[in-house]
Amino acid sequence: MNINFKHEWIETNIGLMAVLTMLAISVGGLVEIAPLFFIDKTIEKVEGVRPYTPLEQRGRDIYQREGCYTCHSQMIRPFRDEKLRYGHYSLAAESQYDHPFQWGSKRTGPDLARVGGKYSNEWHVQHLVAPRSMVPESVMPNYPWLLSTPLDISDTAARMKALRKVGVPYSQTQAEYDANVAKFGETVARQLHIPDAQKNLVEQANFGNYDGDRSGISEMDALVAYLQVLGTMVDFSKYADDAFVETR
Amino acid sequence: MAVTTYSGAEQYNFDIVKKFAVMSLVWAVVGMFAGVYIASELAWPFLNFDSPYFSFGRFRPVHTSAVIFGFGGSALFATSYYVVQRTCQTRLISDGMASFTFWGWQTVIVTAALSYVMGYSQGREYAEMEWPIDILIEVVWVTYLILFVGTIMRRKQPHIYVANWFYLSFILATALLHTFNNLAMPIDLFSMKSYSLFSGTQDAMTQWWYGHNAVGFFLTAAFLGMMYYFVPKQAGRPIYSYRLSIVHFWALSFMYMWVGAHHLHWTALPDWTSSLAAAFSILLLMPSWGGMINGIMTLSGAWDKLRTDPVMRFMIVALSFYGMSTFEGPMMSLKEVNALSHYTDWTVGHVHSGALGWVAMISFGSLYHMMPKLWDTKIYSRKLVEWHFWLATIGIVLYIVAMWISGITQGLMWRAFDEFGNLQYSFVESVAAMMPFYAMRAIGGMFFLTGATLMAINMFMTIRQGKRESAALEAKLAAKMAHA
Repeated sequence: MNINFKHEWIETNIGLMAVLTMLAISVGGLVEIAPLFFIDKTIEKVEGVRPYTPLEQRGRDIYQREGCYTCHSQMIRPFRDEKLRYGHYSLAAESQYDHPFQWGSKRTGPDLARVGGKYSNEWHVQHLVAPRSMVPESVMPNYPWLLSTPLDISDTAARMKALRKVGVPYSQTQAEYDANVAKFGETVARQLHIPDAQKNLVEQANFGNYDGDRSGISEMDALVAYLQVLGTMVDFSKYADDAFVETR
Repeated sequence: MAVTTYSGAEQYNFDIVKKFAVMSLVWAVVGMFAGVYIASELAWPFLNFDSPYFSFGRFRPVHTSAVIFGFGGSALFATSYYVVQRTCQTRLISDGMASFTFWGWQTVIVTAALSYVMGYSQGREYAEMEWPIDILIEVVWVTYLILFVGTIMRRKQPHIYVANWFYLSFILATALLHTFNNLAMPIDLFSMKSYSLFSGTQDAMTQWWYGHNAVGFFLTAAFLGMMYYFVPKQAGRPIYSYRLSIVHFWALSFMYMWVGAHHLHWTALPDWTSSLAAAFSILLLMPSWGGMINGIMTLSGAWDKLRTDPVMRFMIVALSFYGMSTFEGPMMSLKEVNALSHYTDWTVGHVHSGALGWVAMISFGSLYHMMPKLWDTKIYSRKLVEWHFWLATIGIVLYIVAMWISGITQGLMWRAFDEFGNLQYSFVESVAAMMPFYAMRAIGGMFFLTGATLMAINMFMTIRQGKRESAALEAKLAAKMAHA
């Protein structure tokens, strides 16, 4: 069989051209993206990573709304300087409940993947309201409205339901709740129960009093609660130094 | 033109081309102003004015969307509708559909910008639009595809001209990327807020598969389509190598889709994925340079035009920047280089050498060629074109030099150790070191913006002049008819 291929066939047939172009542009994505959903090692097996509590998730929504990812990454690379500056390199498991991911691409400010627990709540509040009062060289915008805007908690459950639909194990039924108890322990499981979402949020905000003002729940409460949990879920002292090398 | 006895307006739908061309200039000025503004915020943070609406994080996507989708997108709609009609020698199959793509697309840009400042963002770079806007984009885009392919099907030539291959590839790829990167679950049918279908690693991979191919197809393949029509037209010479255009078209279409993961080197994405992406990034140098060589060599035998024709100069400088940034890109995708360059301003500089140097310059050149033809007149002022050229070129050089210095400085400061093995600099010392370069970058941007503004004025005057000339001609004809 001798087919004398001529590119002219494609150039004179728009249907053929569209099909072949579609084939050419589909391969790369299929090969690189699809396996990530099936290869077991993509997400490390690690203890401690849990979905966000309602208050933390609302804080994450505000992080996303304000476009923090345009200047801050949440992805520590396995380098000596990053280990010293930020801590253990980030694991895939640590962002497995992040819809969307907020790894970022630019560090106009420092990485925030393990900022949780590094500074006090008071520091964060003051720094968010007036960054240059804490760090004179900073170029970060002031976020005074976070403190003055009450957090809208009316749609907390709706948000968790949407996240449940995309795969976050928030529980709606007793069976799901029991499964969460088995997986995350009772304290965490209670926080993940959608019917109690609003109650849980209010409790955590009142108990944590992140913004230092007990009179109400502000957006600042939520954002600081989120910042304070970042990178704190995995206890790396439980793992050997090279425990995660294989899964990179 | 001289042989056509009836005006182009009847044979072709130039009205839609005109509308998109004008809007592309409007968005160029608006988007670049937003760019200069956010660049200035980084140098002088008081410009954030304690206002949620103008703070850097919310305003940055206003800049990127206005320049990429507003300016770039409108320029692509304008030129693709022009090129497909001219090269197929047929009218767009539907004026209604064309008009829908225009109003739909402009609505997308305006609502996107408003939604960002109001605080709605998917938190995905260059895909910040929330789900209702994404659906509108999808509808506009499918209409665009039908219109474009339908017009090609009605062509009066057996062959499909090479510029149309690139436009087709861009339309198909954008549809694919947009669809999969924006899969999301709204919290309520009446709420703008949604959560992406994927999470963490898979989400990151999908986003950068999209993100880099927004560059690869929206900002490269499509503008190569523009190049393949307007460079030969302006030079008055045929494309240098037909064979090269075939080879580099298929290679570019195939390879670009593999390279996105080079944005995720050293991250929690598995190594195999980003290594594969790096390999394809290096391979991609060849088809990229194939396009550059094909464009620049089209001028062989007519190099003198560079001295006399400022419009040609825009195009050749665009191709030169295309060559430069497609060399820089593969280099930055090497893991060792990326370890230094990633997260720094170097990436920002690289994007802008492509976006300002290649995308904007080839669009300016093409619009300078096309707009006077659309209104059947000459450019109002060639002197202003010269001014624009030099302002733009100096602006780009200031911009990318500032970002090279600041980016490499950041990368080196972050990884510097003192003699005891401790980190030598705190993070904020690297922030303070950026100040002069952020100011320099803002000034570079102001140069570029000034140039674009001059162009908008020049084209406004050109349009007025064209309208006046045709009115005078009609009056003359009417007088003649009355006399007869």
